[in-house]
Amino acid sequence: MNPANSHHEKKRLENPPKSIKFKIQRREKEGANAYWETFELPYRRNLNVISALMDIRKNPVTVEGKQTTPPVWDMSCLEQVCGICTMVIDGRVRQSCSALIDDILLESGGDTVSLAPMSKFPNIRDLKVDRSQMFEHLKQVHAWIELDGTYDLGPGPAISNETAQERYAYSRCMTCGCCLEACPQYGDDNYIGPQAIAQAKLFNMHPVGKTNTEDRLNGLMGDDGITACGNAQNCVQVCPMSIPLTRAIYETNRDITVNALFGWLKK
Amino acid sequence: MSTGLKIAIVGGGLAGLAAAMKIAEAGHEVDLISVVPVKRSHSVCAQGGINGAVNTKGEGDSPAKHLDDTVYGGFDRMGVPFSRTKEGLMDFRRFGGTLHHRTAFAGASTGQQLLYALDEQVRRWEVEKRVTKYEGWEMLSLVLDDHQVCRGLIAMNLQTLELKAFQADAVIMATGGPGLIFGKSTNSMTCTGSAVSACYQQGARYANGEFIQVHPTSIPGEDKLRLMSESARGEGGRVWVPKANGDARSPRDIPESERWYFLEEKYPAYGNLVPRDIATREIFQVCLEGHGVGGENQVYLDLTHIPAETLTRKLGAILEIYEMFVGDDPRYVPMRIFPGVHYSMGGLWVDAEQRTNIPGLFAAGECDYSIHGANRLGANSLVSCVYGGFVAAPSAIEYAKNVERGETETNGLYDAELKRQAQINEQIISNEGGENQYKLHEEMGKVMTDNVTVVRYNDRLKATDDKLLELQERCGKISINDSNLWATQAVPHARQLWNMMQLARVITLGALNRNESRGAHYKPDFPERDDENWLKTTIAEYSEEAPVFSYEAVDVSIVEPRKRDYSKGKTKSAQVPQPGSELKPEGREERWVKDGEKITEGGSIKD
Repeated sequence: MNPANSHHEKKRLENPPKSIKFKIQRREKEGANAYWETFELPYRRNLNVISALMDIRKNPVTVEGKQTTPPVWDMSCLEQVCGICTMVIDGRVRQSCSALIDDILLESGGDTVSLAPMSKFPNIRDLKVDRSQMFEHLKQVHAWIELDGTYDLGPGPAISNETAQERYAYSRCMTCGCCLEACPQYGDDNYIGPQAIAQAKLFNMHPVGKTNTEDRLNGLMGDDGITACGNAQNCVQVCPMSIPLTRAIYETNRDITVNALFGWLKK
Repeated sequence: MSTGLKIAIVGGGLAGLAAAMKIAEAGHEVDLISVVPVKRSHSVCAQGGINGAVNTKGEGDSPAKHLDDTVYGGFDRMGVPFSRTKEGLMDFRRFGGTLHHRTAFAGASTGQQLLYALDEQVRRWEVEKRVTKYEGWEMLSLVLDDHQVCRGLIAMNLQTLELKAFQADAVIMATGGPGLIFGKSTNSMTCTGSAVSACYQQGARYANGEFIQVHPTSIPGEDKLRLMSESARGEGGRVWVPKANGDARSPRDIPESERWYFLEEKYPAYGNLVPRDIATREIFQVCLEGHGVGGENQVYLDLTHIPAETLTRKLGAILEIYEMFVGDDPRYVPMRIFPGVHYSMGGLWVDAEQRTNIPGLFAAGECDYSIHGANRLGANSLVSCVYGGFVAAPSAIEYAKNVERGETETNGLYDAELKRQAQINEQIISNEGGENQYKLHEEMGKVMTDNVTVVRYNDRLKATDDKLLELQERCGKISINDSNLWATQAVPHARQLWNMMQLARVITLGALNRNESRGAHYKPDFPERDDENWLKTTIAEYSEEAPVFSYEAVDVSIVEPRKRDYSKGKTKSAQVPQPGSELKPEGREERWVKDGEKITEGGSIKD
């Protein structure tokens, strides 16, 4: 090791345990009772949660030696851009593809990793949840640009690079659900949540999308709308894409107020 | 108002969504079937950019003629946050090797941004009831009538295992690539090629299967291979392995004299900057011979001799990706990399209108063979997906409008196919042969990666096919290890595995037959391109014993084939075909030289 460099380096697990335990929340199907099962794998460097689950799936035997069913979970891109593999890992909601075992153990100081499904969505089985309500919310806020058609109508409107970059930050949302899981207000259809508000913001910022601002704001003015935000600010802390969610909420709330005060003038 | 025409689209990536949008826009109905919510399709992984078609003038009245404006203008108007000029217009950049292409991009996630734009537009059509999404459904087979005409498909609900027949006036396949055949690849876990294989087994022709693109530098992971930009080599990265096989020391404890910088040694003039395909082959070969780090398929790509500040400034974003998934900081610890299967140039055979040989069946995107020949250039995949979708949609509509069929023809067709698929499920569930499906998948991935990727030898290809036959037999003896059939992943995976093995044979035997080197297909025993015998499209047709191969001439009426030649001025050789200009045979060295610079083929963008 080069001592001159070492202090810049990321902290690594110095004395890894021989084996790691995975405590996984199981549920046979929606509505059934949840229970926990623990599995054990030999420690390997560079193991992430997905590789561990793949290993367990191959030979699903618990630490007690009981043959069980393979845990079910969702995965696709494994590069933290599709959002599908989100789950609650050691109490923290995040994508399981980018959850490295070394980092988790370094943080917890233990030799056990707990895996649970997100709690704010219907739990289909084991670690798999149904997030279709998030896509429904995108419909509620008209999260699209109304086009005349996609045939050749020339280029889009001029947009400053500044605005394009700001929109880019919002448009990276992969509908993973971290913000909703972490939000104390979200659940039981009481609140539409940060993701949809941020997407409304994304399209309200576009010169053409702007013309439908009212449709989007209307989608956020009901009882489940923006006023249900409790300002806990958890969302922005757990967002894996670092989307400025609280800013979107603040600015959209302001737009709604302005719209409510002066909207009738436009009629 | 709906016209009453219904088109089923399988796959909700760029190609599938592009087609869905076009069909909905034309007033027709779409059933969109996808294994994952479409916003989570593999297209999100494309980071590079989107190339435009150029020089299309004079090519006749082709659909490609207005593609540039349609694609760029369309996505721009949909609100994709492309980089802008000072005036607020779309900014275009040029990349190495693509002098005549314009590349537009949105941050470092162009694929994600384009997919999202289409996802939003299709959601809008969903609200209008033109598009019905079936997310979490996997296509199992086509429904063909007595005349081998496609009348719809059977799909399975991945939660309930319910089977459902989708009646359709036409079906468009847009399911992407088959990377999982190689076990680990840069592809998403949904990229099994299973649905396309089902079409092949029902009579669809599969073309150019042997052309599989391998990216030189990917990050080996236990779960998948993640792309590492080639710019790491461009910025001075050195590739090496320990001289002693299996040297277990930390890389920093291995002194210079005990490191083998094999690219620098073998190619002193260009060292680590040899072009993509050569780097890929050399790294692969070194590992195949047992010199890989820790005896595994990996070599060091070392940046640690460059000051950390410089690396952060020049390569910050890509080094972060490495750190996120590996945990090591490449500024202080050499990266471990290995070539990774990245893209299939082969796929379902289609004509210029994206029609397969089965009437009523169309294909678009990576699952069709038609765009990239024997190798693909960077930033071309996104445009080919959108193009394929934009052409397949009107083509399918045209077909559906004009096809004549009697009412009674379909009597019992759907039920019969549903029954056949239900029986396959029952068989899989009741089998008790003791084979583990995930281990079989690993075995297949290993034998395919070792023998049917970068360097291909005929004896090994033959042995691979024998192995595939053995695996196929064992596939019939899988005991699924899941007694809970609700949302089980074992049944779908067992089906995918069987289908992957069929395509694996197409890829392997196609490579065995092709005794030449061309594009991504390289045989040391046949190192030259052989246009006289092999300027041909490979066509595979299913039979129970083995794929049946035939070869179709390639239409070279527009661009005459010429030697890949980087020794000449680029503008001259790339701009216009040089009919009759016989290029002298060249050594490898000459191919690397371009005006005294390093080769810029493919550039440093990732996609």
